[in-house]
Amino acid sequence: MAYSDKVIDHYQNPKNVGTLDKAAKNVGTGLVGAPECGDVMRLQIQVDEKTGVITDAKFKTFGCGSAIASSSLATEWLKGKSVDDALKIDNMEIVEELALPPVKIHCSVLAEDAIKAAINDYRVKNGMEAIKFEESVVH
Amino acid sequence: MLKLPIYLDNNATTPMDPRVLEAMTPYFLEHYGNAASRNHPFGWEAEEAVDYARGQVAKLIGADPKEIIFTSGATEADNLAIKGVFEMYASKGNHIITATTEHKAVLDTCKHIEKLGGEVTYLPVNAEGLIDLNELEAAIKPTTILVAIMYANNEIGTIQPVKEISAIAKKKGVLFFTDATQAVGKIPVDVIKDGIDLMSFSAHKMYGPKGVGALYVRRKNPRVKVTAQIDGGGHERGMRSGTLNVPGIVGFGKACELCQLEMEEETKRLINLRDKLETELMKLEEAYVNGSREHRLPHVANISFKYVEGEGLMMGFNKNIALSSGSACTSASLEPSYVLKALGLGDDLAHSSLRFGLGRFTTEDQIDYTVKSISETVLKLREMSPLWEMYKDGIDLNTIEWAAH
Repeated sequence: MAYSDKVIDHYQNPKNVGTLDKAAKNVGTGLVGAPECGDVMRLQIQVDEKTGVITDAKFKTFGCGSAIASSSLATEWLKGKSVDDALKIDNMEIVEELALPPVKIHCSVLAEDAIKAAINDYRVKNGMEAIKFEESVVH
Repeated sequence: MLKLPIYLDNNATTPMDPRVLEAMTPYFLEHYGNAASRNHPFGWEAEEAVDYARGQVAKLIGADPKEIIFTSGATEADNLAIKGVFEMYASKGNHIITATTEHKAVLDTCKHIEKLGGEVTYLPVNAEGLIDLNELEAAIKPTTILVAIMYANNEIGTIQPVKEISAIAKKKGVLFFTDATQAVGKIPVDVIKDGIDLMSFSAHKMYGPKGVGALYVRRKNPRVKVTAQIDGGGHERGMRSGTLNVPGIVGFGKACELCQLEMEEETKRLINLRDKLETELMKLEEAYVNGSREHRLPHVANISFKYVEGEGLMMGFNKNIALSSGSACTSASLEPSYVLKALGLGDDLAHSSLRFGLGRFTTEDQIDYTVKSISETVLKLREMSPLWEMYKDGIDLNTIEWAAH
């Protein structure tokens, strides 16, 4: 299967690979996927507590090129967004941007799940209730 | 100057040896007769060429030429062997014994047999990919008609104890069929010494053309018969009808001859290259060889690089190096390699595996390039892997509750 140029670019030059301080109060961490399934994403956001804007985002991903590209793209989109706007990121936007084929849609779902998990982690840490999301598409 | 891309997927298929193509060419344009045309020179030439090739093929495996049934490939030969024995020996029984690591052409044919009312036992393998001979013997019962165990595995290269298996089958009066697609032409295979009753193999895995293979069917001690699965003009002693693929068969014969002539030296060369590749790659942390290192084809290495995913790994170099992964993502299904799982490998290691298949045209330069390229990619992806970070932080990944998805 041929990858799109955008997937290849993110794979070769991933944006925002790294680790934020998991213990920090203004950092939210989402770890989704499972090694047995062949992909694990860890996505972290750092939030400006006053403005609610995401000032930094980092990821590390174990998975195929599409999974790496999806998480790399997600971190790019997250930076500068408010937490509320970040919640609106839909996996299909990732699919479109990266031109993922149907068999790789699960990578985008995983990225969306990672964003939501990171936001919930941040919310819980800061005394807010975790948002209940509908079950994502099983893949 | 190193020419890219490098082909290291010789278990999938091999390039044709130019000498094979040369032997085939006249049979497309000049000697295009039908080998079954008995009444003119075109037919005679074709028949003569097929007879000659049949002799070359038989010689490589220590068989009589009359014992070679040409087919379209190993998959057809597997089907003919299993379905043909099941039908032919129906009055004797309906039980077949095979192993979980067989090729899909054998496993799916066995599934078909089950639908037809047959009974199939799938023997497990140990961590090296070998079946247990005691388990095999214990599995044989009065209704058993066939033991179907491959000679060498396509993913890990593990060579089964064929002589011991055939001895058990013989002792119990059961036929022994082996899918030797990966073994014939690579290591010495002798149907007499190995005690084989039926054996499938294919030209395109040994530098011959695609679309031609053979089933060896023993003619004495015992005389084995299979019911034809393709009916028609009664070619191949009635066991496989259909106009013979004369150029393909000529190429198959030539390929067999070359393998026989060059096997000894080629094996030495390939073991050296394979061992170099393996030794260098095993210098990476958390790299594991899958399958038996002792009982293994000379040109195969299957290695898992823990904490990186196979398809992601291949993407780092697949423009320049062609090989396979046991990762789910490379196949249509989302399941990782069933062969690796049968060894007891966790899904995570199965997802992290690469299969190297070296071949006649693999050079040391190519191996050096491959080692460098793969090592760099593994290191780069580990820097990007959350699992690697956890491992380095001393976190036991088994203690984490992964979200089911």
